[in-house]
Amino acid sequence: MSVTRQESGLADRDGGASKAASLEFRAVSKRYPDQEQAAVDELSLEVAAGDICVLVGPSGCGKTTAMRMVNRMIDMTDGDILVGGASVRERSPAELRREIGYAIQQIGLFPHVTVGDNIATVPKLLGWDKQRIRARVDELLELVSLDPSDTRDRYPTQLSGGQRQRVGVARALAADPPLMLMDEPFGAIDPINRERLQNEFLRLQAELRKTIVFVTHDIDEAIKMGDRIAVLKRGGILAQFATPAELLMYPKDKFVEDFVGADRALKRLALQRVRDIDLWRAATVRIGESTAEVRAKLEDADLQIALAVDDDGRPLGWLSQAALQGERVREDFRSKAVPTVDLDDILRDALSNMLEHETRYAAVVDGRGRAAGVLSIEVIGHTLHTDIEDVPSGADALVVDEQ
Amino acid sequence: MSLLAQVQIGNRASDSCLADNGFCPDWIAQNFDRYITPFTEHVYLTLVSVGIGFAISFGLALLAHRRRWLTGPITGFTGVLYTIPSVAFFLLLIPFTGRGYLSAFIALISYTLLIIFRNITTGLRNVPEETKDAARGMGLTERQLLWRVELPLAVPEILAGLRIATTTTVGLATLAFFAGAGGLGSQIYTDINFKSNVVVAGGLAIALAAVLDLIVLGVQRAVTPWQRARA
Repeated sequence: MSVTRQESGLADRDGGASKAASLEFRAVSKRYPDQEQAAVDELSLEVAAGDICVLVGPSGCGKTTAMRMVNRMIDMTDGDILVGGASVRERSPAELRREIGYAIQQIGLFPHVTVGDNIATVPKLLGWDKQRIRARVDELLELVSLDPSDTRDRYPTQLSGGQRQRVGVARALAADPPLMLMDEPFGAIDPINRERLQNEFLRLQAELRKTIVFVTHDIDEAIKMGDRIAVLKRGGILAQFATPAELLMYPKDKFVEDFVGADRALKRLALQRVRDIDLWRAATVRIGESTAEVRAKLEDADLQIALAVDDDGRPLGWLSQAALQGERVREDFRSKAVPTVDLDDILRDALSNMLEHETRYAAVVDGRGRAAGVLSIEVIGHTLHTDIEDVPSGADALVVDEQ
Repeated sequence: MSLLAQVQIGNRASDSCLADNGFCPDWIAQNFDRYITPFTEHVYLTLVSVGIGFAISFGLALLAHRRRWLTGPITGFTGVLYTIPSVAFFLLLIPFTGRGYLSAFIALISYTLLIIFRNITTGLRNVPEETKDAARGMGLTERQLLWRVELPLAVPEILAGLRIATTTTVGLATLAFFAGAGGLGSQIYTDINFKSNVVVAGGLAIALAAVLDLIVLGVQRAVTPWQRARA
């Protein structure tokens, strides 16, 4: 039963023809006759099917030009681009574009047709029948968290900026394209809604697994969204193509180092959650427990301060030396167990929390509030040396149930 | 002149209102029939001129849309036509195209071109760049872009041009009798001193302009529901 339901969830995607396509730039150049410097200079990179590849760089680095050559909005001067192994040069531009999702910062919704008709643009071009289009429009609106019955027949001017952006994404996804091009799709949104849309989009991507070329000038967005990041510099030269963690740990040159920023170590911490790293073991102790036992526990623990917990295992406070003087543990705290950090917290936030409370260590709790270990400044420092292969990126880095 | 006109309008010496060339409701009620033919001529002159003028302007605008450099020369040429004094234009055409509808149409059509052409090209130019970019990016061909996106979005400007052209043509058609094409103008000039005559003929022209304007406005509102949609 459950298997059938799962299958239908994916198989409904019309024909099932398009999963995700790989993308390859082969020494792609774009030169304009009146300009000395190339807009894009022999760009070569491969994007695996289902990955988000972020093109990032300062303005004038050719990132948008590189993206627009994929669906032939701009024709390349030299080299070749392969989508799913086939050269885009041999395709008619209009046909090619119908198979590639396209979303831009200004969204470009058609103001004269309803939201539903906007989303139906490509399906109509492809000649889908009315019923299928209608079903698809509603499915997509739900997918981007809009109420179909409320939104379908409205005009774009009647929506908020965030809603319009969602419709733009839904429209780009309409014909279930194996490849999507997104040019600063969240660029014009206020920071709070932007963060929300980014998270929503990553959640969507975790399910859809499209191949995506994502253009941005914002390195933080690149680090958050990308499975792989291509950093471009002026003249369309590829400075580095790497995973977010690799980029932050091993910037290839001064340009990349400057571009990712002086706080790159902190940015790296944003890629990991507390649960992803090796925490210190804590000596968890109940009030009234024998002090001999506590000493044995402290032998095993990484931190030589015992953590008192209640009957449910929730941290109460850090015990003082005096508490362990007698036969039994007395209720005498050197400090309260404040702050506690959550297993699902991002490392950067956990660190910030600890710095704010001027403490070098903090009790870690699980979803039910039970002590699960100790996070210390030393542990965090240590994670900066962990193998970059173990740092998740893009949609993988997203914990599905965010609270 | 006025003596001759009185003879044409008919015998009205018995009525003091008529004798004063005044505004005489009774006379109007009795003689309304005589305005029907000039009125239908006027409608005919207006609709055909605006129709053909629109078709020509539309073609020119699409041409200029595809080949931008043509916009200047077309605007220049239709602009020259627009500045020709109207009475002179009607009279000047007679030696070439003779008295009658043909000359009237040529002049009236000429006056609509600049207005409609300019409004269509403005409307097409005002389509937001990002809308066109998104349309192309999704795989609309240039033709599909034109008919499904650009022209629909230009409808408010296009119909605004059509409204100006229509009301202008109704006014100019009152001079079409100079080219021998009849219309309400000929009726006005048969007795320009007789208030009843001028009020009825002139009033019909104004009413025609108003009605046609309202019709186009109604069409515009009907085909652009998106313009009124606000949150």
